[in-house]
Amino acid sequence: MNLTFPGGVHVPYYKSGSKDKAIRKTRLPQRVVIPLSQHTGAPCEPLVEKGQVVKVGQKIGDSSAFVSAPIHASISGKVASIEPLQHPALGKKVMSVVIESDGGDEVAETIAPKPDPFAMDPEEVKSVIREAGIVGLGGAAFPTSVKISPPKDKKIDSYILNGAECEPYLTSDHRLMVERPREAIFGLKVLMYATGVKRGYVCIEDNKPEAIDAMKKAIGSDSNIKLVVLESKYPQGSEKHLIKAVLGREVPSGGLPFDVGAMVSNVGTAIAVADAFITGMPLVQRVITVTGSAIANPANLEVRIGTLFSDIIEEVGGFSSPPGKVIMGGPMMGIAQWSLDVPVIKGTSGILVMAQNEIDMVGPFPCVRCARCVDVCPMNLLPLFLGAYAERGLYADAEAYRALDCIECGSCAYVCPARRPLVQAIRTAKSEIMAKRRAKAQSAVAAKA
Amino acid sequence: MISAVVILALSGLAFGAILAFAARKFFVPVDERIETIRNLLPGANCSACGHASCSSYAEAVVSKGAPVDACKVGGAAVASKIAGVMGVEAVLDEEAKVAEVMCRGGRSAAPHSYEYMGISDCKAASLPMLHGGPKMCEYGCLGFGTCVRSCPFDAMYMGDDGVPVVDRDACTACGKCVEACPKHLIRLVPRSKKIHVVCSNRDRGPVARKVCKVACIACGACVRACKVGAISLRDNVALIDYSKCTECGECVAKCPTKCIIEVPRVEDTKGGTQSAQGEVA
Repeated sequence: MNLTFPGGVHVPYYKSGSKDKAIRKTRLPQRVVIPLSQHTGAPCEPLVEKGQVVKVGQKIGDSSAFVSAPIHASISGKVASIEPLQHPALGKKVMSVVIESDGGDEVAETIAPKPDPFAMDPEEVKSVIREAGIVGLGGAAFPTSVKISPPKDKKIDSYILNGAECEPYLTSDHRLMVERPREAIFGLKVLMYATGVKRGYVCIEDNKPEAIDAMKKAIGSDSNIKLVVLESKYPQGSEKHLIKAVLGREVPSGGLPFDVGAMVSNVGTAIAVADAFITGMPLVQRVITVTGSAIANPANLEVRIGTLFSDIIEEVGGFSSPPGKVIMGGPMMGIAQWSLDVPVIKGTSGILVMAQNEIDMVGPFPCVRCARCVDVCPMNLLPLFLGAYAERGLYADAEAYRALDCIECGSCAYVCPARRPLVQAIRTAKSEIMAKRRAKAQSAVAAKA
Repeated sequence: MISAVVILALSGLAFGAILAFAARKFFVPVDERIETIRNLLPGANCSACGHASCSSYAEAVVSKGAPVDACKVGGAAVASKIAGVMGVEAVLDEEAKVAEVMCRGGRSAAPHSYEYMGISDCKAASLPMLHGGPKMCEYGCLGFGTCVRSCPFDAMYMGDDGVPVVDRDACTACGKCVEACPKHLIRLVPRSKKIHVVCSNRDRGPVARKVCKVACIACGACVRACKVGAISLRDNVALIDYSKCTECGECVAKCPTKCIIEVPRVEDTKGGTQSAQGEVA
C-alpha cells in the first residue's frame, strides 16, 4: 500500500498526451518579456536601461529585500523597453524588461561553473542559490534561498524532493525525473548540505513508473536518500500533504513545514540548483508542458523565461480546434489567461489549452448540503460554510471557520454537484481577512508612533 | 371558590412585593443623556462612525468620551445638538460631502477581456487570479454592485449601463461605499461642487483609449482650458482642485472623451426630479 494523506480526490490524469514526449528545446524567441516580479516577495528594481545590450545570464533586476530573487536576461540582445505589461499571475500590469534578440545567444562573461558546493560554507551555497534567482518551480515561486534559511531555533531533519506532480495534464516534472535524474539528486544533496539535513526523501506518485525507476538508479546506494512511492491522488504534491504522507507529521494551522522539521522542494527547483553549480547558469529557462485538447502536438518544452505564450503555441503547431480556455499551470490550480501576449515566468509549469466544446458554462446551482466537499477537503475544512459566509460578506465567520488554512487546491469545487465557485469565494474571504489584518497591524504601528 | 380567590390574591401580593423589591435592589442607573443623544441620531445604524450602532455610539459619547462630531450622516446639525447635550463645543469646519463614482465606463464604453462566470460580487471578481476582473480597463468599475448593496441609505442604484449611480438627495456621505469598492472608485466630494473627472484610469493615453471610450487620456486639454489653474495631471488622470474650481465649465466643453462631467447640483436635482416626475405622469 502506497503512502498518502486522508481526503483528496482521484482525478483523471490526462497525462498520456505528453508523458512520453522527450523535453525539446524551443527555437530562440525574437523577443522576450521579463516581468520584474516573478516570485513571492518584493519586486525587483531594473538594473538595465533602455537600449542597453545584455547577454544571457546577465542580472537585469534585483532587490535589497530579504524575501526576493534576482532576475536575469534569458536571451542576448538589446533592451527594447522597460514598461508595465500584462502579467500572467498577478492580474495587473507589472514593470517588465523587454529584450529584442540579436540572434547570437551570447552568454555573459560572468557565467562559469561554480566550485564543488560540498567544499563551500553552507551560507556561501545559499548565496549562490540566491544569485542564480532560483525560486520554487512548482508554482508558488517562493525564493529558494529564503526557504532554506529557516529561523535558527527550528531544527530541520528531513528534506523532501517533491516529484508527485499530482496536477492532471502536467508532465514536466515527470520528464525531468526520467531524463535528468542525476541532476535532481545532485540538487537535492546540495539543498540538504545547505540546510544541514541528513535525511532526504524522493517522493513520486505511483502513476509514474519510469520516473520511479530512473530516480531509483540515480539514488543508487546512497542510504541517506529514500525513495517513497505515493498513491496517485490529488493534492498529493501539496507540501503539507507530502509531509503528512511521508513523515506522518501535521503542519500546524498557520505554520510552515519547518515547524515540523521538514523542508520540501520541487524536482525542477533541485535541477535548477544543480545547474547553477554545474554550468553556473542562473534560472533563465525552465521546462513546461504544453498540452490540452486544443493543442495539435502536446509537448514538454525547455523555454526561455519571458517567451510569450503566442510563440510557444506556434512552436507546438498551433491550435487543433478553437480554444475555449487557456490556463497557465494545471487545471486544478492554474490561472486562466485572456491573452496570449503574456510571458512564461519562473512559476509557469505548463500551458493548458482546452477546446471550446470542452468548456461547460453551467451553474452555479444552490448548495444541496451533500457534504462531498467536506469529505474531500484535505485540510479538514468545511468548504460549504466557508463559501456561504464568503459570498454573504461574513468574513469574520469565514475566519472563525479557518478560511486561512485553505490551500486553494480546488478539490471541493471539483466534486461539487451544484458547481458552486467555492475556491473563488474562499479566496475572496482570505484576501479580505488578510487586508483587515494588515490594516490592523498598520494602525497598531501608527498608534505606537 | 373563596379559597381560590384568596390564594390567588395573596400570591399576587407576594410576587408583587418581590418584584417591587427586586426593581429597587437591582436598579441600574442609566445616564439619561444616552437616551437623549440616541434620539438625536439618525438611527440608521450604518456604523460609519466606527461604532456598531447609533445606540452604542451614543453610549460611547457619554461614557467613553467619544467625539461628538463622529456621526457623518447627521453632519453639523446633529453634532452641534450632541455638543449641546454634552455641554462641549463642537468643532465644525468640514463642509458637506456626497459620494461620486469616478468611472463612467459601462457596458457600452468599456469592453470586456473575457467571459466571467463567477460570483456576482466586485470583491470576488477583482481577485488577482482573475486578472482584476473581466474589464479590459484594470482600474474601471466592474458593475457587480457591491457598493449598491453596501449602502445603508438606499442612495445608490445600478445604472442602465452597468455603472452605479448615486442618488445625491439620499446620500449621507457615510463612506460605506468608499470602503466597499475594491477598485477604490468612489470618493466623497464637496456637495456644492458639480464638475468632476469621472475616470480613474492611470494608463498612458493610447492604452487608456483602447480599453475605454470615456477614459481620461491625459491629453491636458482641460489643464489648458482652465483659467484658474485648478486642474493638474496626476498619474495620467486629470485632477481638479475643488478649492480653486470656479465651475465655469470650460474643461467640460474641451474634454475630448467626455470624462469631465457636470453633475446636477443638489438644489437643481430637487427641483428637477419633481418636474421629471410631472412629465412622466
